[in-house]
Formats: sequence, structure tokens, C-alpha cells
Amino acid sequence: MSPRMLYIAFNTFREAVRDRVLYNLIAFALLLSGAAIFVGQISIHIERLVVVNLGLTAVSLFGIVIAIFIGIGLVSKEIEKRTLYTVLSRPVRRWEFIVGKFLGLAGTLIVNTFFMAIGVFGALLYVVHKFSAPDALILVALYFIILEFLIICSLALLFSSFSSPLLSAVFAFSLFVIGSFADDLRGFAALTHGATRWLATAAAYLVPNFSALNVISAVAHQQPLRSQLILQNTLYALFYTAMVLSAAVLIFERRNLK
Amino acid sequence: MSAIEILGLEKTYMVGFWRKRPKSALRPLHLTIEEGEIFGFLGPNGAGKTTTLKMLMGLVFPTAGTARILGREWTDPEVKAQIGFLPEQPYFYDYLTAHELLDYYGQISGVPGKDRKRRVEEMLQRVGLTEVKGMQLRKFSKGMLQRVGIAQAILHNPKLVFFDEPMSGLDPLGRREVRDLIEQLKQEGRTVFFSTHILSDAEALCDRVAIIHKGELRGVGAVADLTSTVQGKVEVIWQGRQIPASMKVLGAECHVTGDTVRAILPENQQDTAIDALRRERIRLIAITPLRTSLEAYFVEKLQHSQTTVGKRS
Amino acid sequence: MTAAQRTTVIASACLAISTLACILLLRHIDEIRPQATVDDALFVNSPKMIRRASLGFDGMMACIYWTRTVQYFGERHFNRELTYNELAPLLEITTTLDPQLFPAYQFGASFLAPAPPNGAGEPDRAIELMKYGIQHNPNNWQLYYNLGFIYYTELKDYKKASEVFEQGVEVPGANPLLKVLAAKMAGHAGDRATARLLWSDTYETNHDSYVRQNAVEHLRAIQVDEDVTNLQSAVTRFGERTGRLPASMSELAAAEHLPRIAVDPDGRPYKLTPEGRIEVQNPDDFNFLTKGMPPGYKPPALPKFHDHTR
Repeated sequence: MSPRMLYIAFNTFREAVRDRVLYNLIAFALLLSGAAIFVGQISIHIERLVVVNLGLTAVSLFGIVIAIFIGIGLVSKEIEKRTLYTVLSRPVRRWEFIVGKFLGLAGTLIVNTFFMAIGVFGALLYVVHKFSAPDALILVALYFIILEFLIICSLALLFSSFSSPLLSAVFAFSLFVIGSFADDLRGFAALTHGATRWLATAAAYLVPNFSALNVISAVAHQQPLRSQLILQNTLYALFYTAMVLSAAVLIFERRNLK
Repeated sequence: MSAIEILGLEKTYMVGFWRKRPKSALRPLHLTIEEGEIFGFLGPNGAGKTTTLKMLMGLVFPTAGTARILGREWTDPEVKAQIGFLPEQPYFYDYLTAHELLDYYGQISGVPGKDRKRRVEEMLQRVGLTEVKGMQLRKFSKGMLQRVGIAQAILHNPKLVFFDEPMSGLDPLGRREVRDLIEQLKQEGRTVFFSTHILSDAEALCDRVAIIHKGELRGVGAVADLTSTVQGKVEVIWQGRQIPASMKVLGAECHVTGDTVRAILPENQQDTAIDALRRERIRLIAITPLRTSLEAYFVEKLQHSQTTVGKRS
Repeated sequence: MTAAQRTTVIASACLAISTLACILLLRHIDEIRPQATVDDALFVNSPKMIRRASLGFDGMMACIYWTRTVQYFGERHFNRELTYNELAPLLEITTTLDPQLFPAYQFGASFLAPAPPNGAGEPDRAIELMKYGIQHNPNNWQLYYNLGFIYYTELKDYKKASEVFEQGVEVPGANPLLKVLAAKMAGHAGDRATARLLWSDTYETNHDSYVRQNAVEHLRAIQVDEDVTNLQSAVTRFGERTGRLPASMSELAAAEHLPRIAVDPDGRPYKLTPEGRIEVQNPDDFNFLTKGMPPGYKPPALPKFHDHTR
């Protein structure tokens, strides 16, 4: 494995960091975490619940927005601005380019989540004054959120490799919403018959399963999580990302860059 | 070993929304470029020059045909380490500085660490951008971007360099600089393949040219050969404003400009003209054999295709 | 193979393998998280909260929760579970989000009130649900019907049932059946005919398969009740006439001029025990039996459910 991919990843990360929009979004998310403190104070006895719920939801939603916002332009912007030509005329393989871009974006989001998590824990400390053992579950919730980000990044990149930024954003966001109801979708599919059943089941299984990765409510109520679930979710996220990136590579390898 | 062998590269696009019709961007092209030469790829806009270049770079996939670059298949990734590319009206990551950009390109071209540092400094110096190396590219002027473009194209010491319209949008000073640079590249033993629609540049720089129009190759050859064909004429320049009567008899075209007269007449009348001037005691300034300019050759080739097209339809 | 071809092969293989892995993992994850969609109800069982969280898409959320309710019930039904603790919250959430989602009320009437394992065993909540429905849909006579139904079948409060049916009669466009039922409650509440009327109507007017199945089970039990009662009287008459018990069903049929050998709704002939009792051959095949069971018979803890809807 050549280091080219890592160079591309680092450059993608650098691009994201120098993009001012990123900072605005992070600032907004941190603001929301702070606001959670105030909301918690109005609803007595559930300050912790509100801070964890609101804080984690903010991390999740803003992360998704950032992932989509940056992700959709990853390939299409390079093609439009023709910066891609001087890169691909070098001994870079097209698949290295795709994977490198993905790693850069994922890296950006992980670093981003780290900072936002500090905000959440800070707000939490403020309302409960000291941490307790079940608060470690928040780390699991954050880990799952990062897994969600990996999936969304790969999807944004997939759409970017063949579609315009606007359409990519629409597709990626739609899949996020649908994926949040993936459990219900599989349930619906089980109730249909015949040809519809095949189509619905296929769709239900291909949609990213965000419902299993969303444990914010459970963690807010300090419910324990099975370690088997953590393992399965990790594997699922990795394989799903691999699936989407493979598709992106196959598409991009064939694309004529006009 | 030839630098580039284009063996029948062809590109047809399917255009249209519902019923796709084929549109030919490039008819099967056969062309060979030798090592160490400056080769000009000429043609009007939309002729297929950029399409050809993109196919050689692997950015666009040909409908048919292959090519060999420096003895290898053009799809071989190792080939890319030996070639440099400057696209038309280039645009680079504007959030990077010139230094960072060149370093990045060096990284992905596989130039090892220490070497890279040195090379980047060298390149910046060579294209005259050392002072602005810490400035973000979004602040660069067109000319500066072009210079960065050339720097990135030769950073990794490639044997073969491709330029797509390298002079476009440059002022006369910029164009002169680019021309000098291309000459230098040749001196260094590199092969330069560049496309342009500005014929005077090609005439000045190129060893050989190819002319392409509407996707078809119209002519290939050394500039000297192409322009020395036909109609040997001479240009005679003498001092004064007087035009001897005998000149007119010879059928010379005369232009009076300031204190000199410029006349064009057939080559075989050369001696007669000189005698006429001597008789009249007119001071001869210069006699120059006139070559068909590349422009004339070019226009002729294009017109020829127009008429052929006309005949077909 | 060129580099490009190699990449294509590897990427395609990667795509196929990871897709397969995803599907397998999903199935596994589903196993670890049964009733996952219902988990929400565990944490946010305030219907008002859910309504606020729906951001105005109440209708769609109502549909989602209704589907979850049906699935929840169906899965537990299938697995012979004995409790349906989440049924009430789910129905409450569904109807809060969409008070006009009528199938939810019907479902509640059929399955919230009866005791486990046939239902959630929460008749009070069922009544609350119907009252909520009536409050939001005053022109829906069906809800009065459902409410009366609950009083009649589960609580056996015939007076209240009658009152409710009477109220339903007032609703414009009400089914004349309500008037009949109101009247019957007065004197013939315990009649088999009344019960049959109620269950037949439930079967006829409902589209939900669970509700229809349930109605059929009741009708079957009523049929058995009727047959056993009639056959038992025949045995008694025989005994009064001959002074002994009939030796077999055929002798009984011949002596009492019964049209043919009596069979239960499954087509199996009724048994005549040596003690002179009429019994059903397979009591386990029936739910809600009140007669025709052997002495000391206990219905199985996990009742069998068959689909008898024709």
C-alpha cells in the first residue's frame, strides 16, 4: 500500500480545516450544547437527560450536515474546477484517490466529534457536578455516531463521484432519514406480498441501518448496551462502508472526465 | 524509441437526451513523436486537441485505438511518473500556498522527502515565484498560476511534458517567458508536446507540427518543410520612396512604409530586380526568400477540408 | 491483466462480499434487538412528547407507530407470549398522533381488554382509549359499539353496555344494530344469540385479520356451547324416557330423531362419555370454551391459534 493514499487523505483533511464553513457549524453545535444547560434548568430533575439527549443529537446532526456538505463536493468540485487533472496525470490510481478522499473526510469528522464531545461532557459536568459510571455509555454513543459518520461519508463520496453536488446532497440526506427508520422499513417489507415484497426487502436491507446505531435515548436513560451489539454494529459499519466505497471506485474508474 | 506513438486513438461521444446519436470528437489518429523534439499540435478550437491529450493522460477513455508512451502502454501507471501535464487554464487548490501545492504534487508523484524539499525550491526559483511561495493560490494572478502550472509539470523531472494551450491568456512578457522555458526544456533533453491555436508560437518553437481539424489529422511534418513548399517568392526591401518602372513590369507588389519600400516578387525575377535597383542607384536594404507562413499552410489545409466537406454534402 | 482490470475485479469482489456481509450482520443485529422499534415506547411513552418530536409529520408517525403496534402484537402472538405490556402505550401514542386512525381503536377493543394470553388484560385502559376516540370523533358510532363491546364481553357490565349502545344510537347514521343490542342488553344480555350477533357483526365489519380471527374463535365457542347444550338435553330426555344412558351417539341420534351424528365446527363428532356427558373431542382446538370440556380440564397455557377465517 503506497503512501499516496495517505497524502491525499491529509490534503483532504487540510482542505476541510481551512474551510471557514466548518468552523461556523462547529461553533453552532457547541452553542447548542451550552443551550442544553439552560433547557435542562427549566425542566427540573431531568437536566442530565436533556443535556445528554440534546448534546448527542447536536453532535450527530451537525456531523451529518458537515459530512454531507463537504462530502458532496469531494469529487465533483475537483472535476468542475479541473484540479483533478493534474492529480490523475501523476502515478495516482483512481481508486487511491477515492479511498484517500474518504480517509481525509472521515478523519475530519472524527477530530470534529472529539471537540464537540468535549462540549457535551463539559455541559454534563456543569449540570451533574460529577461523572458517574453509566456516563461511560456516552462514549459508546459517540462511537456509534462516528460509525454513522463513516457510512454517511462513504455515501456522500459515492454520489459525488457521479452526480452534481445538489443531487448528491439530496440523495445522501434522504438515505440518512430513511436509514433512521430502517427497522420499520424491514417491518413494512415483511408485511407485503409477491413482487413488492422482494423489492421492499431488497431496499430495506440496502438502506444504511442507522436505527441500530442510534442509541442516544438508551444512553440518556443510562440503559446498558450489549457488547455483542457493539461488535456487530462495528462490523456492519465497516462492511457497509466497504460496500459503498467499492461501488464508488467502480463508478469512478469508468468515468470520462470531460 | 519514440516518445509517443499514437496508434489509432479514436473518441466518439453519444449525445442527445433520449435518442443518442454518435458525435465524433476524434477520428482514428496515427501519429508519432520522437524523443527530444518540440512537437506542436495545432488546430482551431474544438478540433480535438484537448480530447487527444486527455486520452493520453488517461482522463478520458478512447472508443478505440491504443498508444505507447516512452515504450510502455499508455495505461501503465508507471508511465505517469515520467510525464508532466499542464492543462488548459489550470486551476489549483486555492487554499494551499504555492509551496504546499508543489510539495503535495511531489508527494503523490513519489519524489522522496529530502529530494522533494530541494526540488520544490528549485522549481519556485526557476519559474520566479520564490517571493510568493507562502501566499495562498487564491490570490494568484493568471500569469502566476500558469507559472505554478509549469512548475508542477516539471517538478518530478519527467522526460516528456504535455502542455495544453500554455500561452493562453498571457501577456507578451508571459508568453516570452513560457517560450524560453520550453526552449530550455528541449535543451535539457526533454520532449515537449504542446497544443495551441496560436501559429506564430508554433512556428517559432516547434521542430514538427501536426494540424488537426474537426477530429481529423490534416497534415504532419517539420515546420521548415511545410512552409518551404510552393510559390518561391522573395521580399526585396530598399531605401527611399521611389519605385522603378521596371519593378512594376516585373509584377511586383510594392508597399511604401515611411522611408522604405517593400516589394514582393517571384524568385526567378530576383536578379532582374537587383539590377534594376543598381541602375537607379537605389540602396538595397534586404533580400529575403519568402516562405509560405505556417498560417497560410494552415488555412489552406482547413479550406481544403471545407471544400471536401462541401463536395460530400 | 492490466492495472485497471485488476482494480475492477478487486472492487467488484469487495462489493459483493461486503454486501453479503452487511445483509448477514443485519439479520444478526435484528435478532439481538427484538422489538427494536418498540424500544422507543419504553423511553418516551409520553404520547405528547412524541407528537412534539414529530415536527408536524404526525400522520406519518402515526402510520409508523400503527405498523409497529401490529407487528408487536403479531410477533408476541406468534411466539405465544403471555404479556402485551407495550400494547396500551403503543395504541395511545398512535391515537395521540392521529385520533382518526380508526383501526387502532378496533384493535384496542379486541385486544387490550381481554385477559392474557388473549390480550393485554387492561380493560380500563381500553375503555379510556375508546372514550378518547369518542371525544375526538363524536360522529363515529363504531366507537360506541366498541366501548359497549368491552363492557359486554370483558366486564360483563350489561347495564353500562346498554347505556353506551343507547348513546350510540343517537349518532346520525348509526347502524340499527346498536338499537337492537341496546334492547337485548336489558333482558337477554346473557343470551347466546346476543353474543353471536355481536361477534358476527365484529367479523363482518372488520378488515383486520387478527380481529376477525378472534371473532371467529368466539363464534366457534358459541357454536360448541349451543351444540353441547342441545345434545346434553337430548341425553337427559333419553334418560327420562328409558331410565338409562344412551350406549352411543348413534343410538342417541336415532332415539331422539336427531338429523345426523352431531359434529363440532371442525367436523369431529361429539363424544358421549360413559357418565353421560357430551364432550368435544379436542378441547385444545378451541378457545373461549364454556361447555363440552372434560372435568378438571385446564386450557393450555399457550393456546393454539389457527386461522379459521374463511
